[in-house]
Amino acid sequence: MSLKSYIVARLALTVPMLLILVTVVFVIVRILPGDPVLLHFGKQITPEAAEQVKHALGLDVPLYVQYTNYLSDLIRGQLGTSFSNYEPVSRQIFSAFPATIELTIYSMLVAIVIGITFGVRASRKYGSAEDTGFRTYAIVSYAIPVFFLGLIMQATFAVGLHILPATGRVSAGNIPQGADFMGVHIQTGLYTIDSLLAGNLNQFIDALKHLILPSLTLGIALSGVFVRITRSNMLDILNQDFVTAAKARGLKERTILYSYGLRNALLPVLTVTGLQFAALLGGAILTETTFAWGGLGTYLFRTIQAYDYTAIQGAVVFFGILVAFVSLVVDALYAYLDPRIKY
Amino acid sequence: MKKTSTVAGILKPRIFWFFNLPRLGTGGKMVTLGIGIVVFMIAMTTLAPFIAPHNPGQINIGPIASPPNTQFPMGTNHLGQDIFSRIISGGAIMMQVAILSVIICITVGVPLGLAAGYTRGIGDRVASLAMDSLYAFPGLVLAIAIASVLGTGVVNLAISIAVVYIPSYFRVVRSQVLSLKELPFVEAVKAAGGSIANILFKQILPNVVPSIAAIASINVADAVLTEAGLTYLGLGPNVSLPDWGWDIFYGKNLFFSGAWWAWTFPGLMIVVLAAGFTFIGEGLSEIWSPKLQEQG
Repeated sequence: MSLKSYIVARLALTVPMLLILVTVVFVIVRILPGDPVLLHFGKQITPEAAEQVKHALGLDVPLYVQYTNYLSDLIRGQLGTSFSNYEPVSRQIFSAFPATIELTIYSMLVAIVIGITFGVRASRKYGSAEDTGFRTYAIVSYAIPVFFLGLIMQATFAVGLHILPATGRVSAGNIPQGADFMGVHIQTGLYTIDSLLAGNLNQFIDALKHLILPSLTLGIALSGVFVRITRSNMLDILNQDFVTAAKARGLKERTILYSYGLRNALLPVLTVTGLQFAALLGGAILTETTFAWGGLGTYLFRTIQAYDYTAIQGAVVFFGILVAFVSLVVDALYAYLDPRIKY
Repeated sequence: MKKTSTVAGILKPRIFWFFNLPRLGTGGKMVTLGIGIVVFMIAMTTLAPFIAPHNPGQINIGPIASPPNTQFPMGTNHLGQDIFSRIISGGAIMMQVAILSVIICITVGVPLGLAAGYTRGIGDRVASLAMDSLYAFPGLVLAIAIASVLGTGVVNLAISIAVVYIPSYFRVVRSQVLSLKELPFVEAVKAAGGSIANILFKQILPNVVPSIAAIASINVADAVLTEAGLTYLGLGPNVSLPDWGWDIFYGKNLFFSGAWWAWTFPGLMIVVLAAGFTFIGEGLSEIWSPKLQEQG
């Protein structure tokens, strides 16, 4: 099987997986006990008004019709209408999405850099006090609730030392607008990129300053897994014959560690990166809530507070599609990078 | 019984390892430390009514948001409650939810994994596909969806968290069954006409127990963190009982007034509890993972 047909087969498997996921979410939100409309409006709604709301939201038809409507809407990219303000959920999600992507990209970078640096050092000093230290770091950073770490960061660097902003993505009224490129307006919603496109260095620094605490928080919380996987893979590889041969030939420790060890230990790290993306999104929800970061996490938090069921359902489905897509990309990348993989 | 002796032979060193823990290297030390932390936490929470200096629910027992002092060693919160007493008793709900969710996971995930791995066929395919799609999903997001619909009692929260982690048990058990069922001692029981129940529960299950134990302890840590996260998002159970999660939730309102004690102590307790379970899980997998043993 060629790489292309592997990707097609993998894609074909993603479809039933998504269908199961979407169905599970539908079952949870629509079929489990509890009337979403009554929960949302509490007791302040008359039965007649409740019926009207249900009709407007398409909740008054039989369940199987609701289900097929829901699926056909999904295929057309529609995630339903918000309970709270009758806006399309997909529009709300797309406007919150760039903030989350920006946060997750930088956090993933932090996690990988910490994970690889610590993991390589721990494997070099296997069994030493330093190794124990790195392993303890891995466990404690895994065990720390991400919002608690966020609060510590804010208390230390924002409230205590006043060197970094505590909340938000930019200073008030300083939203980067992107730039026009060959007559087309380009605005990604990623503030670090938009500010650079606009050539506004001050805005870039402002956006970066706001990014530091949230991405360090989420990055550190995730880094434990990377330290562990890098360390155990490095130990695996450093024990192999070709490394012993390299040592016997008198190669420098640095060369052995990085060109022989790390290069081969990186593939499993890639797999973990794919798997951790789901955890990253979960952590992003809590990090965003802590840092008032206006992304999907904050959106989800708001919709929970408002019992806005269509929006919760839409956001959850969107997260599912996103994770499925990322794991597809990671698998394809993995297959491309490791020629030993048999499809 | 002759035929179970093979299994007992495999299990024996694993049952008695507990007394040998300190001799089992780093892994053993990690497990010992983890068990120590967890036992301490459980004892503290259970004995809370006897050792807490004040009633943890009593409001205005001291001044509002008072910093730590000799009378209130960890200060008081926004309602003038004694934080130290709340720390001592505030782990109960969290631990109940976490442990209940692991019990649910094991009762659902393990039999499913055993059945799917042993029978293969269409049922296995469907179950695997469903489990894989759940496994790939952001746990917290799914738990939020379930908790916000089911409501936020201890049992409901445990269910919301359990759904997310069932696939981990299913996958591990299934893949181990696939290799175990080809082994001679299982073949022998099969040839002797042993029932499927005998093969699954008496021959295969005991050999899967170590992996289940390792996943379960990491899983309790995850469940504690997920429960804390749900509470932080306002989806926690009974707000009237002392709970570390709720204390952070409300403590952060005092954040900008500089009352660090209101959220720091409950946060640290969650870290210690989750780390305790993680130490056990990490240590167990190190003791039982042949790959690392060779290196150690």
